Amino acid sequence: MSQNTTCVIIGASHAGVNLAFALRKEGWEGSIIIFDKDSKLPYHRPPLSKKYLELEDSIQNNLLKPEESYTKDNIDLQLGVSVVSINTEERFVQLDNNSVQHYDKLVFATGARAFIPPIKGIQQAKHVFTLRNANDVDGIRKALHTSKTKKVVVIGGGYIGLETAASLKKLSADVTVLEREDRILARVTTTYLSKFFDELHRANGVSIFTNKNVTEITNTNHVICNDGSAYEADIIIVGVGIRVHTELAESIGLKLENGIHVNTKTETSQKDIYAIGDCTYHYNGIYDRFVRLESVQNAVDQAKVAAKNICGKEIIYETLPWFWSDQYDIKLQIVGLADGHDDKVVRVEEDKKFSIWYFKGKQLLAVDSINNAKSYVLGTKYIKTKAEIDKIKLADPASDLKSIVVINQNEIN
Amino acid sequence: MANITFITSNKEKIVLEGDSGNVMQLAVNNGVQGIDGDCGGVCSCATCHVFVAEKDIDKVGKASDIEVDMLELADDANEFSRLCCQIEITDAIDGVELTVAK
Repeated sequence: MSQNTTCVIIGASHAGVNLAFALRKEGWEGSIIIFDKDSKLPYHRPPLSKKYLELEDSIQNNLLKPEESYTKDNIDLQLGVSVVSINTEERFVQLDNNSVQHYDKLVFATGARAFIPPIKGIQQAKHVFTLRNANDVDGIRKALHTSKTKKVVVIGGGYIGLETAASLKKLSADVTVLEREDRILARVTTTYLSKFFDELHRANGVSIFTNKNVTEITNTNHVICNDGSAYEADIIIVGVGIRVHTELAESIGLKLENGIHVNTKTETSQKDIYAIGDCTYHYNGIYDRFVRLESVQNAVDQAKVAAKNICGKEIIYETLPWFWSDQYDIKLQIVGLADGHDDKVVRVEEDKKFSIWYFKGKQLLAVDSINNAKSYVLGTKYIKTKAEIDKIKLADPASDLKSIVVINQNEIN
Repeated sequence: MANITFITSNKEKIVLEGDSGNVMQLAVNNGVQGIDGDCGGVCSCATCHVFVAEKDIDKVGKASDIEVDMLELADDANEFSRLCCQIEITDAIDGVELTVAK
């Protein structure tokens, strides 16, 4: 590896920043340049909808790495700069400041943007926010400060919408959540957990309405639904999912499929071009299928794998996905992917402390833990070792979680 | 204000001075090898595992219930293990020695 080689990373969030530092750790001696259009020093995103909003925290307290780390590791962090096009034949990226940058290795860590649905009047309405960047949250905080009624309507009852609702509630806002499906978290979890979070939010004073398809925002800032109902809002937060940034990837003909298609080495369909993080559609060996994940875990772990491969140490990405969400006094921890389960066991330890274990036949697929780190941790171990679980024992909170394994597949093999 | 000594897996000794926040942030801000803090300090990832020196365990305190549970993800955890995002920096922990887990 030569000192004259250059790795260009597009995107300075969890994936891109972790990649840059991992490259140095793996011995990359060439230049490392990261471009991001966000002009703030790269920060942790999960706190944005939680303590960053609720405690009016500073970005300085939420940095992925302190500013001097980039200098120390000789990482050229170029903020407030967008890549507008890529020339793969001559290997350079064209920037919006009219300069170009040569690359030998190019990495897409481009993530995603919040999706804004085509609702009539949404472009003209005032105080409409998505929640993806620190600037979004700064805008919400400012709007809340100047709002007399503090009436907030959250469109979308997914994790972002609900975490935001919980934080806003702590800031004494009057919060209404409008969900298009017949339950909140419909796309991401089971009815059991949906019901739990629905009750949790109602108990904390959030109004939740389901089966609400928002059709219009009026010039008096009323949110109108298809059933004719109307909700007054001083602030509107749109949390209806994301769209992967694929325009650049598409422009150079990378294979796309629900994101940027990568192999287990995080390589795209073109040589010396890699992709990591939320933007990738990648194979997960544990579940034997392709997935696209929106998570810190995936961003960080793919970054580590990409760094090794870029440095010529072949390694494949095979990681068990995990996630978390904090709302009020509830800590939800998820390990694994529950899609495709045909059986589930709910283990209730006490009020607001339980876990849901998802199975396909005998195979444990995933565990949702509510204020119950032990089940999260043991679930992680059992999925990794392909342990066969005694479901009757599992359902009985009196039985020790360590005694529920019937057969440990890895010990047999 | 507290001086905290980190001993990394390659036996490097790093003394850092902190006055607020948590120990994980201090370590990450100063590039202590082996402390990642991927979750940003909410006890969700177990990437900030340290062993508190035996002499200091009373000063630092033992792991909370959630830490004990999360530490089961680490095969080498013991009674001196802590997730250092859960250790607040105060005068009380001045002089403690933490060995970074592998």
